[in-house]
Amino acid sequence: MEKFTKVTGIAAPMPLVNIDTDMIIPKVFLKTIKRSGLGVNLFDEMRYDRQGNEIPDFVLNKPQYRDTQILIAGDNFGCGSSREHAPWALADFGIKAIISTSFADIFFNNSFKNGMLPIVLPQEQVDLLMQDAEKGANARMTVDLEAQEITTSDGTVIKFDVDPFKKHCLLNGLDDIGLTLEKVTAIDAFEAQAAQSRPWV
Amino acid sequence: MSAPKTLYDKIWDAHVVSEDADGTSLLYIDRHLVHEVTSPQAFEGLRLAGRPVRAPEKTIAVPDHNVPTTLDRVSGVIANEESRIQVEALDKNARDFGINYYPVSDVRQGIVHIVGPEQGWTLPGMTVVCGDSHTATHGAFGALAHGIGTSEVEHVLATQTLIQKKSKNMKVEITGKLRPGVTAKDITLAVIGETGTAGGTGYVIEYCGEAIRDLSMEGRMTVCNMAIEGGARAGLIAPDEKTFDYVKGRPHAPKGAQFEAALMWWKTLFTDEGAQFDKVVTLKGEDIQPVVTWGTSPEDVLPITATVPAPEDFKGGKVEAAKRALDYMGLTPGQKLTDIQIDTVFIGSCTNGRIEDLRAAAEILKGKKIKDGMRAMVVPGSGLVRLQAEEEGIAQIFIDAGFEWRLAGCSMCLAMNPDQLSEGERCASTSNRNFEGRQGYKGRTHLVSPAMAAAAAITGHLTDVREMM
Ligand code: SF4
Repeated sequence: MEKFTKVTGIAAPMPLVNIDTDMIIPKVFLKTIKRSGLGVNLFDEMRYDRQGNEIPDFVLNKPQYRDTQILIAGDNFGCGSSREHAPWALADFGIKAIISTSFADIFFNNSFKNGMLPIVLPQEQVDLLMQDAEKGANARMTVDLEAQEITTSDGTVIKFDVDPFKKHCLLNGLDDIGLTLEKVTAIDAFEAQAAQSRPWV
Repeated sequence: MSAPKTLYDKIWDAHVVSEDADGTSLLYIDRHLVHEVTSPQAFEGLRLAGRPVRAPEKTIAVPDHNVPTTLDRVSGVIANEESRIQVEALDKNARDFGINYYPVSDVRQGIVHIVGPEQGWTLPGMTVVCGDSHTATHGAFGALAHGIGTSEVEHVLATQTLIQKKSKNMKVEITGKLRPGVTAKDITLAVIGETGTAGGTGYVIEYCGEAIRDLSMEGRMTVCNMAIEGGARAGLIAPDEKTFDYVKGRPHAPKGAQFEAALMWWKTLFTDEGAQFDKVVTLKGEDIQPVVTWGTSPEDVLPITATVPAPEDFKGGKVEAAKRALDYMGLTPGQKLTDIQIDTVFIGSCTNGRIEDLRAAAEILKGKKIKDGMRAMVVPGSGLVRLQAEEEGIAQIFIDAGFEWRLAGCSMCLAMNPDQLSEGERCASTSNRNFEGRQGYKGRTHLVSPAMAAAAAITGHLTDVREMM
């Protein structure tokens, strides 16, 4: 997995609440058997018309937001299906961090597993970052995972919380499966004991 | 005496393999359900790393999301190239890795969340995961069941465990009795209307109370199915005699002495007197009415007797979302919900594709015809549900009324197969999501119970089913 340490880049405002995974990546693109290449279809139905032309009003189509790396989003981002295609599409587009007041559970977990950092902040702080992001390409924001700090374009610093284990994995690009397989004796022991206590499983 | 525990605490504790100081735990997974859309990349990962499936006997696969549901599928060819590749990939992965498999040609094939319980794979007290958010369905058995992403699918395939942090406990109590015409679907939508789609975020919900106890296993599955729409990680209902009766005799349920031993443990699976919940929501069963969604989020729910709301009725970010939803849905504030004309009716999905759901719809449809020009289809949740409905004469009621009688699959619930709404087409649907584009590009979805869907099919507009009973 790719490491995440620090990113400085353009932040795009998406204040809409309940942005669901069908909006992030419509299901017609779920028929792939690969992980890569979904970035062009990120937010497909909001981003393109039926003929495949870009809708100029959509934030990521505006010239100043085409290289967005940070999304500032409305409440409950990523709700809906468990499709990991949603974080794959965001990551493939180049998004590194997403900031909102809340995320749907599965999406939140999926993001970490794809080297992307979702950050939960209180409403006032998200509002502040949203305003900063409205400034466009000049408003370069920094998200520093090591220090757990976001720095806005005018130098305001906002602290954020992150689960220590998830932080460790993200900073070091660690693969969960490899880590878990180090505990294989514990899994073996659990299985042996469960075979006694719950043999019907 | 140890401290009183919730049902969730008990199941959690029984599955912890190891726990780190910060509470991150390795949780053992008893059942892993797999379908064609979220698994190819996981199997590819295993192959690349040269890893086997750790417990193939606990892993069950079935294609459902993009299989066609038309009768010509028995010819075996899936016309859509990409869908065909995904189903073929699952065929091959199931074979190569030696996991339990129900191919399209098997009469037991169906929606993964219907097949699991039907075949007795889902049992009380288990941990159940699937790369699909509606895994919450299995919580109806008192099993801790939730959706996972593809990376986690790979993790479970390789290790039979999942890295998890414990959620908080939430109790949703539905007291008293339901009124006639009110169903499990109305309960679960009403709860989301109350809590919002993010209200359950960070929680595992336990549903309890008389109205929940009174529900059949099918109804309980409907309730838990939509726990995820309320943002919860999982929904749970404590197992009882109904649960044990449902499970007994199923192909993969324990038999004889093992069943008795299992039963001893299952009977301990309830929330202890005095156990603490972090959040409690209580609704009165008598207050719940038949409901319908008007917008593009499952929380946009109102009693069928209400009118379409205005954006100003909301606060904060929801004002903008409501504006957008009304525009998308083509509705005007103040319009009566029962005046909304419907083009299409879809009965099916893992929310409402079980035999009891079909019975409830057939009850309303008996001896009636659907409105002229209405497109109506029933997609049974599994091949066995379909067979049973045919034996009970329900299939004939649907056909006589003018419904298409389909083969099992997810179908128009997410419209990955050819069953889709066209632009502007308006559907009364028994599925679980009314998101923009969910049932087809610019398609408009109103979520309802099976009985309400049947009523709308007859009248051609959203209808209060109580007037037809
Ligand atoms: S029926 Fe719908 S919600 Fe259920 S598994 Fe299929 S697509 Fe998902």
